[in-house]
Amino acid sequence: MTQHTLDARRLLCPLPVIRVQNCVADLNPGDTLEVVCTDPGVRYDIPSWCRINGHHVLETREHEGEIILTIEVGSTL
Amino acid sequence: MTQPRKAIALISGGLDSMLAAKVIMDQGVHVEGINFFTGFCVEGHTHAIRKHDSAKPKRNNALWVAEQLGIKLHIIDVIEEYKQVVLNPKHGYGANLNPCLDCKGFMVGKAHEWMQQHAFDFIITGEVVGQRPMSQRRDTMPVVARESGAGARLLRPLCAQLLPETLPEQEGWVQREQLHRFNGRSRKPQMALAAQFGFVDYAQPAGGCCFLTNEQYAVKLSDLWQSRGKRDYELDDIMLLKVGRHLRPRPHFKLIIPREEGESRYLEGYRRQFTHLQAFVHNGPIVLLDGTADEDDLLLAARLTARYCQGRDDAQVDVRITAADGAARIIAVAPMSTDDIPREWLL
Repeated sequence: MTQHTLDARRLLCPLPVIRVQNCVADLNPGDTLEVVCTDPGVRYDIPSWCRINGHHVLETREHEGEIILTIEVGSTL
Repeated sequence: MTQPRKAIALISGGLDSMLAAKVIMDQGVHVEGINFFTGFCVEGHTHAIRKHDSAKPKRNNALWVAEQLGIKLHIIDVIEEYKQVVLNPKHGYGANLNPCLDCKGFMVGKAHEWMQQHAFDFIITGEVVGQRPMSQRRDTMPVVARESGAGARLLRPLCAQLLPETLPEQEGWVQREQLHRFNGRSRKPQMALAAQFGFVDYAQPAGGCCFLTNEQYAVKLSDLWQSRGKRDYELDDIMLLKVGRHLRPRPHFKLIIPREEGESRYLEGYRRQFTHLQAFVHNGPIVLLDGTADEDDLLLAARLTARYCQGRDDAQVDVRITAADGAARIIAVAPMSTDDIPREWLL
C-alpha cells in the first residue's frame, strides 16, 4: 500500500475527475491518492466518481484556497 | 451459467441516455457508461466559473445519472482529437458551429474503440428518430452507425422498433419487443417512461449540452479564428469564450470583462498569460486584454475598464495596467460612456 499525490490545481471539472480516474487506473487496492484541486466542483464530482467506481474518499480538507481530497483505492471488479 | 452480455452506454447526463441505459439494464445486460469531454461541454466548467446558488449544489449530471443507475462511468478526455470534428466537419455545421452529425459519429466511434478494448458486446445511445434536425434523422442515423464503425452493434433502445434489427436483437441478447418506438420531438414518451422507472429528478433534456449550438458562443469562436487568421484553438481559448463580455474595439485586440464574482475569480487565474487592467482605487473587475495593443489601444482599454468599475460616473479613474510579465503602471483616464461604446464591439 503506497501513498501517491496528484496536482489538479487550476483544472476545472470534469478534468480533475479525469486525472483522478487515469491515475487510479495504475494504482493497487488499498493505495491512497491525495489530490490537490482549486475547483470547488470537486467536492461533489470526485466523491460521486469514487462512489460509482468503488473507491473511498477518506478525507476532504481546505488549505489556503485549495481543496485536498484523500482517496483510498477500492478493489475493482 | 453464462456471463451476461455487456453494453457501453453513451451518457450525456440528460434524460434520454439515462432511459436508454435503464431499458437495457432491465433486460439483464451489464451496462457501464461512457462520457466524452470535448471542452465545449456546458456540463462542468461553467458550473465552476459562475457564481452559484448555494441552496442548490452543482453537480455533474453524467456522474449523477451513473450514480442513480448504479453503473460505472468512464469519462474520456477527447479535447485534442475533437478539434478535427470542429474544424473540418465532413457533414458541415448546423445552425451555428455545431457539427452534430460528425460529433455523434466521432463519439460512437470512440465508444466502439472502447468496446473492443474492453471486450464489451454492443453500444447504446439515447437517440430518438426525428428528435434532432441533423444527427437524429431517419436518414442520418445509419450514417452514424456506418462511419463510426459500430455498424449493427449500435443499439438505440428508445426507437429501436422503428429501425432495422441490430446484432443484440438478432442474437437474442435483448428482446426487441421490450424496446421502444419513440419518434419526433415530443418529450412526452420519455417523461412517461421516466415516471414508470420512478425517475423524478433529472436534467432538463435536449439540446443544451454543447456550447457550439449557442449562437453567441459561435460568434465569439468565429471572431477568434478571424482575428488570428487561422482556424485553430487551444483549451484555454475555448474556455475563455465561455466567460464574461467580449468586446473587440480593434481588430488586433479584444477585452474580456467578467460579469460577476465567479467569472472574476476565474479570470484572475490568467493574469500571467495576458496583459490585464483593473481600476486601482475603485472596486472593479479584472479585464483581460487578448491580442496586441499600442499606447492608444491601452488608453482605450483603460477607459473601457473604468466604465465597468464603481467609479464609472467620476471624471477620472485610476487604472492599473499590468503586462503578462508583471510590469505595472497606473494611468488616470476618463471612463467611457455607454453611448460611446459601439454595439458592434460586443461579440
